[in-house]
Amino acid sequence: MKKTLLPPLIPFVLLTLIAEFLVRQGFVRPYLVPAPSAVLRAMIDSRVELVHALLSTSAGSLAGFAMSALTGIAIAVLLSTSRGVQRAFYPYAIFFQTVPLIAIAPLLVIWFGFGIQTVIASAFVASVFPVIANTLSGILSTDPPLRDLFRLYGASPLVTLFKLRLPAAMPQVFTGLRVSAGLAVIGAIVGEFIAGGGLSSVVDIARTQQRIDKVFAAVLLASLLGLGLFGLINLLSYLTLRRWHASEQTQ
Amino acid sequence: MFDNQHVVIAGMNLQIDSGEFLAVLGPSGSGKSTLLRMIARLAEPDSGTIRTEPNGDRFQTAYVFQDAHLLPWRNVLDNAALPLELMGKSRIERNEKARRALEQVGLLAALDRYPAQLSGGMRMRVSLARALVTEPRLLLLDEPFAALDEITRFHLDVQLRELWQRRGMTVIFVTHSVSEAAFLANRAVVMGRSGGAIKLDRILELPSIRNNELRSDPRLGQEMRLLLGAIEE
Repeated sequence: MKKTLLPPLIPFVLLTLIAEFLVRQGFVRPYLVPAPSAVLRAMIDSRVELVHALLSTSAGSLAGFAMSALTGIAIAVLLSTSRGVQRAFYPYAIFFQTVPLIAIAPLLVIWFGFGIQTVIASAFVASVFPVIANTLSGILSTDPPLRDLFRLYGASPLVTLFKLRLPAAMPQVFTGLRVSAGLAVIGAIVGEFIAGGGLSSVVDIARTQQRIDKVFAAVLLASLLGLGLFGLINLLSYLTLRRWHASEQTQ
Repeated sequence: MFDNQHVVIAGMNLQIDSGEFLAVLGPSGSGKSTLLRMIARLAEPDSGTIRTEPNGDRFQTAYVFQDAHLLPWRNVLDNAALPLELMGKSRIERNEKARRALEQVGLLAALDRYPAQLSGGMRMRVSLARALVTEPRLLLLDEPFAALDEITRFHLDVQLRELWQRRGMTVIFVTHSVSEAAFLANRAVVMGRSGGAIKLDRILELPSIRNNELRSDPRLGQEMRLLLGAIEE
């Protein structure tokens, strides 16, 4: 634990100290980049507001992410059933990857109204594709001899899916989920900018009040949220794969 | 049998009797694996037939691949029990039979371990136990020990031969190792480079008990010379 936490902390502390020094010495204007100490003070002063906003953004991100995980895996399973289905529908799955989220966010508001539903929908649209793509590639790359083995003993396609293809795809599923976790937070923040609420509203209001310190505090919390979600997936991945997959073996 | 527009096996006529230990030798691309897959009904011939008599159900066939190919998320016991699980047997029956199969390959002490925690030889033995768990009448092996070190391979050769003698099943063993074929089999078939042609079909004149002493026996050397001669022909 010590070894995994310490290395990333060193650049953090260093950068913080340098920023503090540059602002205090007047090299950087404090209304462009606030001193880290000012950000910390803003966090403490507005803690109730920030915690509420963080909880709201977390709820939207998590709900959107959960939807991505479930529907993404389901879509991948459906796509894997035949090459024809894949050819017909995969291009539409790529839509989620290429659609400019910020451009369809107003549409989402029209469909889902001002509120958490739009935030969830936005988080979902932003984060579903990596789950689909990685799960599908995992399911399709099942070891051919193992498929032969299941056929030899008369396993049905459904049994093969649940006892072989999906479990074998788990490492790739988790790769998808890791990418998707960060995207879900981004999607939620974008959704909030249009639909209102959460950390985005804090950023938006603080910006109009020239409270750059508070903007930074909210942005920092949003990043920490993404990091937390990423860590959660890593933990789940470790617990699921530790016994069998090389990527989770302790050296 | 066509594979990318290339005739892999044509005009082959081979009869294998029940209870035989047959080694199929041949260079890469001679269609050894294709033959095995067709016997297991994992591939269909484009023309010609494969007949098995008596016409039992296909679960009496077991297949061992070049690598162990275990399910890494299952422990040794559950890996060995997999065929019975796929055939819909009860948990009690599968565990008992898997235990027995693992006992035969000397792995009773490793039931709870996962494939990642096993050596290559142990993994191959789990794979062998998985094949034996259904008490197959026909055991097909596709270069099963090729990836193992020689000492482990010698050990598994002896073990496989003993299992065959105890079980009285038919074994078809595909290999490109002349020494392994001669050491293990009662009958050896050498396939030619262009598919389907059988260059040699021979009953080996060796004692029925095969142990490591036989490895330096001149009779084994004689058989190896014959097989090698047919391959190089």
